[in-house]
Amino acid sequence: MRRFTPLRPDPRAWLARANPVAKLCAAAILMAVLFVGSGPITPAIILGAILASLPLTGLSVRTLLARTWPLLVAAFMVGLLNVLLAPARPAGPDLQTGLALGLRLLGVALSGVVALASTDPTDLADSLQQQARLSSRLAMGVLAAVRMLPILATEWQLLGMARRARGVSAGWSPLLAVRLAFGKLLALLVGAVRRATRLALAMDARGFGTAAGRTIARPHSMRMADWGLLLAAAALGTAALWIGAAA
Amino acid sequence: MLLGASGSGKSTLLFGLAGLLEGGESEGQLRIDGHDPRTARDRTGIVFQDPESSLVMARAGDEVAFGLENRSVPAAEIWPRVDEALEMVGFPYGRDRPTDALSGGEQQRLAIAASLALRPGLLLLDEPTANLDPDGARLVRAAVARLVGGGELTMLLVEHRVAESVELVDRLIVLEAGGGVIADGSPAEVFAASGDELATAGIWVPGYPLQIPPRGPRPDTRVLLAADQVTYRFPGEGSLAVGPIDLAVRSSEALAIIGPNGSGKTTLALLLGGLLRPSSGGVSGPNGEPVWSEPADRLARTIGSVFQDPEHQFLMGRVRDELTLSPLQRRSTAVDAAKRAAELMDRLHLGGLAEANPFTLSGGEKRRLSVATALVREPRVLILDEPTFGQDRRTAIELVDLLSAQRDDGSAVCFVTHDLPFAAALADRTLELAR
Repeated sequence: MRRFTPLRPDPRAWLARANPVAKLCAAAILMAVLFVGSGPITPAIILGAILASLPLTGLSVRTLLARTWPLLVAAFMVGLLNVLLAPARPAGPDLQTGLALGLRLLGVALSGVVALASTDPTDLADSLQQQARLSSRLAMGVLAAVRMLPILATEWQLLGMARRARGVSAGWSPLLAVRLAFGKLLALLVGAVRRATRLALAMDARGFGTAAGRTIARPHSMRMADWGLLLAAAALGTAALWIGAAA
Repeated sequence: MLLGASGSGKSTLLFGLAGLLEGGESEGQLRIDGHDPRTARDRTGIVFQDPESSLVMARAGDEVAFGLENRSVPAAEIWPRVDEALEMVGFPYGRDRPTDALSGGEQQRLAIAASLALRPGLLLLDEPTANLDPDGARLVRAAVARLVGGGELTMLLVEHRVAESVELVDRLIVLEAGGGVIADGSPAEVFAASGDELATAGIWVPGYPLQIPPRGPRPDTRVLLAADQVTYRFPGEGSLAVGPIDLAVRSSEALAIIGPNGSGKTTLALLLGGLLRPSSGGVSGPNGEPVWSEPADRLARTIGSVFQDPEHQFLMGRVRDELTLSPLQRRSTAVDAAKRAAELMDRLHLGGLAEANPFTLSGGEKRRLSVATALVREPRVLILDEPTFGQDRRTAIELVDLLSAQRDDGSAVCFVTHDLPFAAALADRTLELAR
């Protein structure tokens, strides 16, 4: 359940300090390259570069691994299934395609995870408003919602225990299991809506969404380093495509 | 201070004054400095009951700055005003302190600071200490006392537990559902004139403690629930949330578990109730069986757990079904269950509500129903988490009567509480946990 709480990267790390929108754009560039490129070489180069940049993110490899292992497993399984289920060829199983698919999936996932995990959610919301001109209603609303996620996770566990306390369990009956899960989900939703209403009221009471212009307490800007990050991502993508095509 | 029994409209009035009421029908007028409250929101600030669902931002300073940004305060003025507001409530940390690392009392202080930064003329406080442990409540009252000392601010406070906060206020107004203002004056005057009536109406009045019920005889008792070096550690965390604890609860005994927020009281209650698997050690029931591995149906007939939030335990669309659980029960004990349900509804004054939806009941009715859902299985051990939380005096009295009868009948009753007068009225023994 702790998968939902935001990571706290070391704020002094270079990538942790980079502008959040710049980071998201860089990740988007890499994802686009992974999407168009074919063969295992292009994704391997990009994956290598992402892994090499990990020390710059201020995240410890252990926490990152603890959060993302399901992704690793998923990528491996996709690759494996492709090898196993591909139509048989005279030359033997198609390892290349399986490898390429697995690496691509991993690359797409990891570039997104690294960009988001090395970003403080507040900075992201600020930067989305200031650089990407996202409406503050949306950005702040999402930010507040993200804060609620761990609370919902705890709530889900409590609802499960409350059912056991009532002496109700599905046992071996799948019908009862569905019924109980549905009831739990409904209770979770009722609670979430109520909480959200209270939060919206609290935001309203402090003038959110009423005044014409909102001032900015934490200014963010695109610095040279941020443009550099974009440039580096573009260069990496081009190079990876080039080498992948040449091989 | 605004005072009144549950349902007298204290909070609604407060929300109206804050300009937050939309829709519904209203008569008469509310005026803030001669303006409609909805257009004068910049003159009022409001602090809500539950700090956890009123904080927006991840860092303390940003939380205070949030309102200032919304009100278009020039960027250069924002941070000085943030620091000033944090200073006014005696906030002990820097601006970068993560809000989810704060205790409930600290969060509530922060919420007050966030309102104060907007420099309201009227500060509305809606039961600001209701969700807090005694220490947290003390922190918030100290912050309010500082502001009262400042003298520039008008404050309107709604509180459930009056005794602790009454010295903060100059004037007391008592509301009644449908009756409007029934008393208005200094606290001493109001309590002298109508203390009896207020206490009967369910309001907590200083000097009207809960009656301690007579203790029934305790013939030979036996251990019904035993914890043996039980501990609990949240997954991925280093330190223990609970324990190690050794504990034996006997028949005809009521045990109160007290301690500050974060001391693991609720977690201990879940462990004792067989709802959470201990990290080490174990909890055994009346026949020595480990409670965690009992099937749910058998567990509920041995140990009844009542959660802090009654809604977590409601499963059905009608009060009657909630007690019989008929569509969900696999064994057909329907006749028996219906009879017991009818008895319990009578005993807990829920008879008229048999067809109502549990979610639409009042706070006191929900609490009584959640206790009834446990009692209907006739467990030998009853475990309750904060049973008097948010309840008026009348419900607390009913709970004392009900639980002491249960105890005198030979059950074991364990309850987690911050409510020391309630614990004093009911408990034979107290277990205090430390953080």
